[in-house]
Amino acid sequence: MKKLWEGAQLAGSKRKLIDENGIRLDGRKWNELRPIKLQVGVMKNADGSAYIEWGKNKIMAAVYGPKEVHPKHQVLPDRALLRCRYHMAPFSVDERKNPAPSRREIEISKVIREALVPAVVVEDYPRTAIEVWVEVLQSDGGSRVAGITAASLALADAGINMRDLVVGCSCGLIGEQVVSDLDDTEDKEGNGDMPVAIMPNLGQVGLLQVDGVYTRENFQKAFELAIEKGKEIYLMQREALTRRFFGGEAQTTEVEEGAE
Amino acid sequence: MPMIQRRQVIPGDVVAKGNYRFGSYIERHGDEYVALRVGIAEILRDEIKLSPLTGPYLPRTDDEVIGKVVDVNGFGWVVDINSCFDGFLPASFVFGRDFSPATHDLSSKFKVGDIIGTRIESFERSRDPQLSIRGQGYGKIESGEIVKISPTKVPRIIGRRGAMINLINERTGCDIKVGQNGVVVVDGSPEGIVKAVKAIRLVEEETRAPDLISKVEEALGGSAVGGI
Repeated sequence: MKKLWEGAQLAGSKRKLIDENGIRLDGRKWNELRPIKLQVGVMKNADGSAYIEWGKNKIMAAVYGPKEVHPKHQVLPDRALLRCRYHMAPFSVDERKNPAPSRREIEISKVIREALVPAVVVEDYPRTAIEVWVEVLQSDGGSRVAGITAASLALADAGINMRDLVVGCSCGLIGEQVVSDLDDTEDKEGNGDMPVAIMPNLGQVGLLQVDGVYTRENFQKAFELAIEKGKEIYLMQREALTRRFFGGEAQTTEVEEGAE
Repeated sequence: MPMIQRRQVIPGDVVAKGNYRFGSYIERHGDEYVALRVGIAEILRDEIKLSPLTGPYLPRTDDEVIGKVVDVNGFGWVVDINSCFDGFLPASFVFGRDFSPATHDLSSKFKVGDIIGTRIESFERSRDPQLSIRGQGYGKIESGEIVKISPTKVPRIIGRRGAMINLINERTGCDIKVGQNGVVVVDGSPEGIVKAVKAIRLVEEETRAPDLISKVEEALGGSAVGGI
């Protein structure tokens, strides 16, 4: 019984999220990421899919389409309709989550869509729908950015024209300290959370949400850190895609014209 | 001989900088050419091309495709061509200019469920593709086994100047029709069909293998022409 209560606290009392040496609860330094594992092409039934493990997050992303739009009145005559659904499985959190879409999930679906559209060449698929499903199997903070990261890989896997991959990373505040990649506890007990999604080659930002109170310097620092960390994760995305399609690192070769 | 550079690219990669002619799946941003798909980019002297490794079938004018009739109305047939756009085969293309819904019975030509080989007559962004069966070799496909493959792998099934398809045909005695839309119809003896389908699946899985044709040859075995 004793073990079960270890680390438990009374409501209202705050544990220290970061110690004197600058080490966080899970042993990371302020600017470190949780371990990330990416896999592309994990589902046969979807046109494209990807799976991500990011810390304790486990998220599946699937893409269907382009396909006919139903209901018909939603058809866009000049481009594709990109639909996104972010959903958390009832078993993804400690206490059963009602499977019906919550206010929060509807919002996250919206921001994921808005982070992905600028990268997708929607004009190439007029009058069609492209559906993106992000299913959180286990949740641990930062699941929207993890979902975006996986969803853009699933889109690339589905062979939908994209100008760039989209990669997300969150940063935040613990006290007055800027930290990267908040986990669930830090998100809930910390002082601020800032998820950011970028298109690294285009140099554009597709998502920026902020909560908490930041000084001007801290805002700048957190934003820049999120971009820097996002670029690190982009390299993992590249690796996952090339592993799937080229069985290793992408290569450049020179051959004579006319030779096979 | 001039050299070609071949690069394995993913969406967002800059294929080349400078001034080139460029085809599908590439976008120009300033003087940079950006890949839109996972694929292999070929950089020639003044031109860059990208052959994607994955993706859906999008109709292009003059593509030969195999489709399934899903609806018949007064003016023609709606054909599923394995794409997000349904093809439409107008009755006037089949019965000629003097076609009238009162005198001609469309169902006598093609019924719902029929498999037909057609050509894409025209396709623009604003309307569904129009099909035609004018010319040799088009029309209803009476028998055979349908195999669907990824449309990006069609060139592999055909092989260099038809080498792969000829090999499978020779070794199994099967007649093989390949649509640009990734629909393949294999017809022949039951044993031949089984072997041919296996070979097609092998080509699909091992697209990357360096010496694919001898791999397929090995899998098909040295059996005599005519199957078994």
